[in-house]
Amino acid sequence: MAVTSTDSPTPGGRADLLRACRDAAIAGLVTLGMMLPLIGFRTVQNINNELVLETRPGLLLTMILIVVAGSLVISLVIRPWRQRKAAAHVAGESVQRAHVRATIAKYLTPFAIGFVLVYPILSIVFAGWQGSVKWVDNFGIQVLIYVMLGWGLNIVVGLAGLLDLGYVAFYAVGAYSYALLAKEFGLSFWILLPLAGCLSAFWGILLGFPVLRLRGDYLAIVTLAFGEIIRLVLINWVSFTNGYAGISGIPRPTFFGIPFNANDDGFAAVFGLEFTPMYRTLFLYYVIVGLALLTAFVTLRLRKLPVGRAWEALREDEIACRSLGVNTTNTKLTAFAMGAMFAGFAGSFFAARQGFISPESFTFMESAMIVAIVVLGGMGSMIGVAIAAVAMIGGTEIMRDMDFLKQIFGNSFDPTQYRMLLFGLAMVLIMIWKPRGLISTREPSTFLKERKTVAASFVKEGRG
Amino acid sequence: MSSDAILRVEHLTMRFGGLVAVHDLSFTAKKGEITALIGPNGAGKTTVFNCITGFYKPSEGRVALRHGDSAQWDQLESLTASSLRSRMHGDGALFLLERMPDYLVTQKARVARTFQNIRLFRGMTVLENLLVAQHNSLMVASGFTLFGVLGLPNYARAEHAAVDKAAMWLEKINLTDRADDPAGDLPYGAQRRLEIARAMCTDPVLLCLDEPAAGLNPRESAELNDLLLSIKNEIKTSVLLIEHDMSVVMQISDHVIVLDYGTKISDGTRDQVRNDPKVIAAYLGVDEDEVAKAEAEVGL
Repeated sequence: MAVTSTDSPTPGGRADLLRACRDAAIAGLVTLGMMLPLIGFRTVQNINNELVLETRPGLLLTMILIVVAGSLVISLVIRPWRQRKAAAHVAGESVQRAHVRATIAKYLTPFAIGFVLVYPILSIVFAGWQGSVKWVDNFGIQVLIYVMLGWGLNIVVGLAGLLDLGYVAFYAVGAYSYALLAKEFGLSFWILLPLAGCLSAFWGILLGFPVLRLRGDYLAIVTLAFGEIIRLVLINWVSFTNGYAGISGIPRPTFFGIPFNANDDGFAAVFGLEFTPMYRTLFLYYVIVGLALLTAFVTLRLRKLPVGRAWEALREDEIACRSLGVNTTNTKLTAFAMGAMFAGFAGSFFAARQGFISPESFTFMESAMIVAIVVLGGMGSMIGVAIAAVAMIGGTEIMRDMDFLKQIFGNSFDPTQYRMLLFGLAMVLIMIWKPRGLISTREPSTFLKERKTVAASFVKEGRG
Repeated sequence: MSSDAILRVEHLTMRFGGLVAVHDLSFTAKKGEITALIGPNGAGKTTVFNCITGFYKPSEGRVALRHGDSAQWDQLESLTASSLRSRMHGDGALFLLERMPDYLVTQKARVARTFQNIRLFRGMTVLENLLVAQHNSLMVASGFTLFGVLGLPNYARAEHAAVDKAAMWLEKINLTDRADDPAGDLPYGAQRRLEIARAMCTDPVLLCLDEPAAGLNPRESAELNDLLLSIKNEIKTSVLLIEHDMSVVMQISDHVIVLDYGTKISDGTRDQVRNDPKVIAAYLGVDEDEVAKAEAEVGL
């Protein structure tokens, strides 16, 4: 009875071939329909400045052939290969792979922290003092700010399951708190950092109250609106925030009172070093490393505490939470406050690093970017979020100087213009390949006998 | 009203717009007993449960719960007249559950519940499910998170005790081997048992079970009976349960209340209820003078 394709390869093979041809033909027709108006025709101006229609059958045919060939390759090569692989997937192999994965997971964190600590030294060694500014500042600090923002939002979206699309509002509150208080009262960075965190947490609670009853899409819309409100207030309250023009001349952080400048009381002179602006960059780099590690440490600690478990329980089932005596109001508010606090830290760091802030830095695009980092990394996973931040922020930064692409696409090709396109394409591909993010399994907060990861299919997604 | 009652429901009415789901219902659940609430589909049993556990605010009526000795009941009228939710008296206390939000009903009045459609934290492990149930005591032990973040040893001790308690319950419901698996991965019967254990981890004085035997096979039903009897006899927790499975109701409950169309049609011991013509009529849907015939057919 059990007639498999291995018993009778010819009919199965022929059916597969027919189906592949049919799929390819359909794909080709769809391409023809879509590309005919887009690529088949083009309007050009002739010598008399008249618009004339030009047909491009060759290019159209090339496009269709590419799609047909791609479809055939997928049906005849990739799909059978994947089926064979799935069939050959025996238990022993998967145990071995799991073992390898566990080993990687064990050494990944210390390796990553070590790499982050020596990264500026490596970049100085390889790129020199001048060249390394770009790598440490544009690349390292920028990525780490987003790692920190991602980890902060991860508390709200990944753990508590409250989809927040206005997260950048708290980042803005932190940045403006630092900028205004430092300029008006001359308070130092180390006093204002916790203060900015507290103010952001306060705004997190303020946002939390009206949205307590909202879930899912409704919550997302209200938080999105909240983010826009903060930005519009920053733009329009000119007497307080200086509107679009932003705030410039924000005091730069000092090395515990010693400024980073070329003066006699500057950092270089005090420590008897030759002056270079790199010292400030290095200092800022290690400050953001410290802040990011603090975020990670506190989040990991909170996950093992009752409040962290209550966040995750809230994500899984709010009604069951209430039936167990968990005060869901307080639980949601603490999640909002904790997430907002880390955004406030990151914001005040951002203001101190830039020396200039304006509402332009806190658009919805930023919120969307942070949410994308959390979703792409796998909601709730710290390592996944960090990898996603490196890939997304670092990736777009690297794409700025991918000059070798010019050799492929011609000299008129400007990679910076295409980076958002490539970036979007990469996101679509990753979401097809790993729909629940890069690291979708959940680490339990505690265990009785052995630590087992929880498969993604059981874990609820952050839908509010 | 008997004085050894732990829960007194008086003139409870619940309306949803024009629909009267529960009408003028009064009953008591005695301390240390298993009280069953039965009735045909749509009789309003789950609505009563939701009123008791604070998920619904009743339109009218009073739901009172007592901790400690029965002298507490003397305070009931003065508590109702005041605007308070509860009153401590000696080592006991009296609670007006209809005035409390749902989470306080569990946290302060210590009434725990389960759900008709199982509501476990599916993505968390079995052990974590039992730890979330001990949230309030652990929250205090962690100094409302502050001491816990600093890593002070008294929180570590409290968590150790919480894990031990969870392990005790896992032993009792026979799930020690699955402690570190996600709750959503358990078979159906085990999920039902885990939900009961999770409710018990909140240290309730009254455990409300909404159809705990639904979907269980006869062997699992029998295990459930043993579990509920041990909760009643060893842990001395009073139980209020909604059930359709008569093999559970008739074997373990001390007291049965029958609802139909939101009103009480019978109240008594299982034998009294079993022979009540109104109950038979409600269940079999025949006129009362045909009950005798129906009884003969079903062999009662």
